[in-house]
Amino acid sequence: MNTSVVGKSLRKVDGMKLVTGAPAFTDDIQMLGMLYGKILPSPHAHARIKRIDTKKAKALAGVHGVLTYEDVARVPHTTAGQMWPEPSPYDTYLLDSKVRFVGDRVAAVAAETRAIAEHALRLIEVEYEILPAVLDMERAMEPGAPVIHDERDSKNIYDAEHNVAAHILREIGNVEEGLREADFVFEREYRTQRQQHAMLEPHITISWLEADGRLVIRSSTQVPYHCRRQVAMILGIPVGRVHVIKPRIGGGFGGKQEMLLEDICGALTLATRRPVKIEYTREEEFYMARSRHPQILRLKMGVKRDGTVVASHLKVLASTGAYGSHASTVQGNTGSKVLPLYRAPNLRFECDVVYTNTPVAGAFRGYGCPQGFFAQESLADEIAQKLGIDPIDFHRKNAIRLGDVDQLSAQLGEGKEGLPRVVRSCGLPECLTRGAAAIEWDRKRHSEPERGSPVKHGVGMACAMQGSGIAGLDWASAFLKMNEDGSFCLQVGASDVGAGADTVLAQIAAETLGVTLDKIIIASGDTDFTPYDTGAYASSTTIISGGAVKKAAEKVRAQMFGLAAKMLDTTVENLSCGNNEIRADGQPGKTVKIADVAMQALYKEKLQIMDAASHFNTDSPPPFSVTFAEVAVDTQTGKVRVERLVTAVDPGVAINPMQAEGQVEGAVTQGLGFALTEGLMLDEAGRPVNANFLDYKIFSAKDMPKLTTILVETEEPLGPYGAKSVSEVPINGVAPAIANAIFHAVGVRIRKLPMGPEDVLRALYERQQEHEKEEALVSQ
Amino acid sequence: MKTMPLGVTVNGEIREWTIAPGDLLLDVLRRQGYFGVKRGCEKGECGACTVLLNDKAVNSCLVFAAQAEGCEILTIEGLARGEELDPLQEAFLDHGAVQCGFCTPGMILAAKALLDRQPDPTEEQVRDALAGNYCRCTGYRKPVEAVLAAAAKRKPAVPGRPAKEVSR
Repeated sequence: MNTSVVGKSLRKVDGMKLVTGAPAFTDDIQMLGMLYGKILPSPHAHARIKRIDTKKAKALAGVHGVLTYEDVARVPHTTAGQMWPEPSPYDTYLLDSKVRFVGDRVAAVAAETRAIAEHALRLIEVEYEILPAVLDMERAMEPGAPVIHDERDSKNIYDAEHNVAAHILREIGNVEEGLREADFVFEREYRTQRQQHAMLEPHITISWLEADGRLVIRSSTQVPYHCRRQVAMILGIPVGRVHVIKPRIGGGFGGKQEMLLEDICGALTLATRRPVKIEYTREEEFYMARSRHPQILRLKMGVKRDGTVVASHLKVLASTGAYGSHASTVQGNTGSKVLPLYRAPNLRFECDVVYTNTPVAGAFRGYGCPQGFFAQESLADEIAQKLGIDPIDFHRKNAIRLGDVDQLSAQLGEGKEGLPRVVRSCGLPECLTRGAAAIEWDRKRHSEPERGSPVKHGVGMACAMQGSGIAGLDWASAFLKMNEDGSFCLQVGASDVGAGADTVLAQIAAETLGVTLDKIIIASGDTDFTPYDTGAYASSTTIISGGAVKKAAEKVRAQMFGLAAKMLDTTVENLSCGNNEIRADGQPGKTVKIADVAMQALYKEKLQIMDAASHFNTDSPPPFSVTFAEVAVDTQTGKVRVERLVTAVDPGVAINPMQAEGQVEGAVTQGLGFALTEGLMLDEAGRPVNANFLDYKIFSAKDMPKLTTILVETEEPLGPYGAKSVSEVPINGVAPAIANAIFHAVGVRIRKLPMGPEDVLRALYERQQEHEKEEALVSQ
Repeated sequence: MKTMPLGVTVNGEIREWTIAPGDLLLDVLRRQGYFGVKRGCEKGECGACTVLLNDKAVNSCLVFAAQAEGCEILTIEGLARGEELDPLQEAFLDHGAVQCGFCTPGMILAAKALLDRQPDPTEEQVRDALAGNYCRCTGYRKPVEAVLAAAAKRKPAVPGRPAKEVSR
């Protein structure tokens, strides 16, 4: 493609303020009279508040407001930042008389300093009726298990009596028949953990009342528009009386696709008429925010002797924690985005998402896929090994390809029926080839077994796909206007959460308008001053918001050309633009500067050149990735060290290749933690035991393997300039590629995450026991 | 509330502030408008609040403001000379080492402390120097690359010496 701005590794448009430490983030303001808000967390996993007395707290000097469930309206809602009407159950209340996990809201205070606010929390007297709790997802549906949502007014819970937040059953073909026709049927169980987002900037919201009495919410959110709608509903004020501002965001990864603090902060502002700030501490972030859904996956696959997959049956039990945020949709993805990777005609996905008295799960990069691909790609490796097929050949034989139609997506949309998915671009075969070459697959797979050293090496691989926006649901809009100097203000509802959306959207606008990137001034994520966007999630921003920007820019370009044609005494069909000029093609020297067109428009024609556009897709083109891992396993300690990670990704066209690489590398690094070290642990009472960065280990610069990123670009017809998406898909393959590499190194399969040294050591020990048993039988 | 005076030099300017004895350096700097000092964990685990205290990279959340009496403090706001960015800042932009940017000030300052004492670091030394600065966005490859590139730019070129390659 012949482009001059798109496809270039340009500096971030917002980079300057970040490297100089300019005040750009939510907390980087000071307001006169601002109060500090704090939330009193429940110390019990399940309890009813019998009595709550706030008199002493209210009497403390410097305290301006204390709220309990007695002070606020009871409005069932979900905190999931999703399109209205949200598919997640309405099972959450601003404040409630019942608490359902350690960390649930009991009360909130606003005081003049943080120390006073913390002191005030200790003065609130609460008498609890402690209820039996269920922490284990496998016991949540058992008869007699405590009912977590016994309230009458919650809505859209699948089966509250049995703690089932959501239930999914979808099938294409006939899996039972498919499994009968198979030569071999393999079945395994996999378990995944509660991974935390650990974005460096914790959740934070500052709210205040504007001079006209409107409620302003400045918040670190991925979904300003969903926040505005939800806060208005919960606080009982019109949407038009709420203004949500998304400043610079310090990482989200799905954790901020959630209306988490905005409601309670706004409520404190309404109660005190003062600006209020609530910021989670790191500890609170670990257990009072959201996590990845822990799952138990039982996968059965039927294959022919030659390795052809004929049927897959995936049964998932997932815990959503105390509230059902993203319960049905995250788990829906575990089926709909994972099983269709293989072209089997028979696919069945069954899932129960249960409530437990544990911290709440939600959206997290990959959105249900990392769990599903861990199971599927681990089992695929096991099947290939049993059949004597190279895993790469297994994938070449079975993987979805150009022109295929994924029918499971038609059945499994965003909490309801979706749309069939057509593969219009597919770089998967090339990802396999180039990734294998980079890691030297053939040589390393067939190298001689290592003797002597207790440290064994192995390589493994895994494939994955994802989506680009939610088909038929996600939509976005953009507004552009021209300034005197030939620059353009671009206003988008899209929310750059650090992934580089502002830059990518500005590049798309600049390319379309024929200007250099410095001519685009982007403003994003402000519900008063930028047009609507569903938000930064589901890998949608580049393809959906980018699509809106491209359309708006085309309309503005047409206006620009109309005027330029007059100025150059030609017709618009002859015009083209680039490098801040408009040219009449084939007529050398006949050019006009875009800045001159702007001056002509604003001061001669009295015309503001401006336009807006909305955009959505009816399909969600899949990006693809292949992950290759090389590991060293110490058989004496069980320690797994990843030495090399090669990721080949098909993102469509990379609008900014440097940023796309950064997305891949960030995703795989979170994937490394998911695979090997991360997981929030709870004690027997449901209390977090490792809610800090010393005990919850994320990868540092020193822990990293050598990373290699390969962008395999394809041209996606549905994307702006051929783009699909990139930020989520690479996280999916890391855990299974490492598990498969561990098997290659030492011959044991680890089917739970994270794969800690104790798991590897236990598996090695068990295998040793089996060998000894077999030897004993032989010698008898 | 008890108060005490504090005299420090911040980014080359002499400051006289009134603080409480228990105030953390992180809180005082943010209160005084140095917003580039980020609050990430308040436990010395993430490195987002890194500043240079007498040229040494410290977590400002683990230092009482009073301990900084008479010291020179460098925050990210003081790194550029007017419009002219430090080579580290330039390199972070050119190498795509900035994503959300929340860890960036701390990471750049930790890198500066390294380059000031070791102008020609190995990749391993860079990774050691950045080990206390968590980043959840980049996977560290590009930041490490940026620090090595800045080091190469900061030191006078030695003829005949091959440029260092980043292996990861």
